[in-house]
Amino acid sequence: MSLEARVARTMGSLQLDVDLCVGDGEVLALLGPNGAGKTTLLRVLAGLAGVDVGRIAIDGTVVDDPLAGRFVPAEHRSVGMVFQDYLLFDHLRVIDNVAFGICARGASRAGGRAEARRWLERVGLAERADARPPQLSGGQAQRVALARALATSPRLMLLDEPLAALDAAGRAELRHDLRTHLGEFGGSTVLVTHDPVDAFAIADRVAVLEGGRVTQTGSLDAVAAQPRSRYVAELVGVNLLRGEGRGGVVRTTADVAVVAADAPDGAVYAVIHPHAVSLTRSAPSGSSVRNVWPVTVAEVGRLGGRARVRVAGPVPLVAEVTAAALAELDLRPGDEVFAGVKATEVQVYPA
Amino acid sequence: MSARRTRVRPPAVVVGLAAVAVAFFALPLAGLLWRAPWSSAWHHLSRPGARQALRLSVICSLWATALSIVFGVPLAWMLARRAMPGRRAIRALCLLSMVLPPVVGGVALLFAFGRRGLAGQFLDRWFGVRLPFSTAGVVVAETFVAMPFLVITVEAALRNLDPRHEDAARTLGASPWYTLRRVTLPAIRPALLAGAVLTWARALGEFGATITFAGNFPGTTQTMPLAVYLGLESDPESAVVLALAMVAVCFAVLVALRDHWYGNLRQPGIDG
Repeated sequence: MSLEARVARTMGSLQLDVDLCVGDGEVLALLGPNGAGKTTLLRVLAGLAGVDVGRIAIDGTVVDDPLAGRFVPAEHRSVGMVFQDYLLFDHLRVIDNVAFGICARGASRAGGRAEARRWLERVGLAERADARPPQLSGGQAQRVALARALATSPRLMLLDEPLAALDAAGRAELRHDLRTHLGEFGGSTVLVTHDPVDAFAIADRVAVLEGGRVTQTGSLDAVAAQPRSRYVAELVGVNLLRGEGRGGVVRTTADVAVVAADAPDGAVYAVIHPHAVSLTRSAPSGSSVRNVWPVTVAEVGRLGGRARVRVAGPVPLVAEVTAAALAELDLRPGDEVFAGVKATEVQVYPA
Repeated sequence: MSARRTRVRPPAVVVGLAAVAVAFFALPLAGLLWRAPWSSAWHHLSRPGARQALRLSVICSLWATALSIVFGVPLAWMLARRAMPGRRAIRALCLLSMVLPPVVGGVALLFAFGRRGLAGQFLDRWFGVRLPFSTAGVVVAETFVAMPFLVITVEAALRNLDPRHEDAARTLGASPWYTLRRVTLPAIRPALLAGAVLTWARALGEFGATITFAGNFPGTTQTMPLAVYLGLESDPESAVVLALAMVAVCFAVLVALRDHWYGNLRQPGIDG
């Protein structure tokens, strides 16, 4: 394992307590809401802050272990870091930005520049070598920042929301570049993001960080199929209910019975996809739909040919309907309607 | 309507008061020019006394600026970046001489560095160094009153600088010293320059602390402001010429630094 980290650190109201292992050549995406401790965790891994309790080893070398009295500061760790807002040095040309780390480690200016030029060619920015950072587009600046970090030949790459400051086009392009360059990178990578699209495109594995703890980890598909928190459910766009399973029925925390096709006994999560939720003006009669709840329309949002309707009631849900259906039902916030879900559309798994 | 309509017209009161302010700055200069004995100006300036005072002023103010940079930048860095106990008190102490009447500063310097002063007695006994009434004393007095201008300017710039640039440098393998030299100082260069000019201008014009601590000896401690003031009684024409020479020197520096200076004012702060 190239990165092994056990990190406990208290920062204000945040209590970070995380175990992470990232293999050689592996990209771990760290997903989580704001304030979950993602940036703090990266700073600790980089050596810009220390752990209170724990141990961090990069490539088998212990870089932080308070019990052993060991702390290797950032400048002596083999770590490359990329920031959301690039943090290029505006007073240096692009080439000297990329050469900065090489020269800081003792190379001559000419040697650093030669190496930097090779890296600029790899990220496709050789012709911008003499530009100043403020003259670059966001995507170019972030590619320079990536080259600057990779040029020091780190063993661990840390990327803190590298795509968040870019517009949609720049984001798609850089996402592709990141996948290429991180794919060629032999060390471990931790990528902080709150966009599952980025995680899906770039990462091999995801870990969900919430309130300072990892709540879920695994492949993105596995995490998306069985969300274990409201955050993940909203991230992948499904309805998540929590309850007690017994005899094929889930009794939710709001004491509503949800009939499912297969439900294990005990504490469970139930997932309902928005497209499996039907909305009707009157209670359906003689229907095969096993779950029907009276609800109130809370919010209607349209996107192209589809609409998402958030309803409140004993079972708060998001329903996805066609724009045509929305027009026919004439749904407005405050309307009383019925939400129906077939038992076979409710996926239940142990909590 | 024409494009002129879209421009907001400033209130007449603002225009009027601003015009008064401009006149207030322009009139004293006009007064000097009006009283200047132009025909004999070169004669006054080329007198050994005047040349000595000018030379002494330039040398001492440059020394004071250099010392202020050498000691003031580290002080500003500590004040901006280190959470020290009593930081506010330390800052107040270091900036005190900026608001203190310079004569009081000069008296305080005498008690500290005079021959019988708190530190001065040891300087004299151990090293044979006597600061009062020497050219070195002029530099000390000027540094004492001028350095705070450098400290506050540089500290403000450091506070505006996103410390994460320094973090980025460190993750690239730069030691704290390398980071300071290659990232922090270049990033605050405009502020450093502006602070140095303010400091130099304050040192050049220093009068009260200098005459109290260093005295008024032509050739060793009589700087231009002293020469101007004393000349006013004995030789007013010469005083006016010396005063104009100072105006010219200051004006030349402002013009030479114009791009840096105004460029710095135009440049928006770095976002945090």
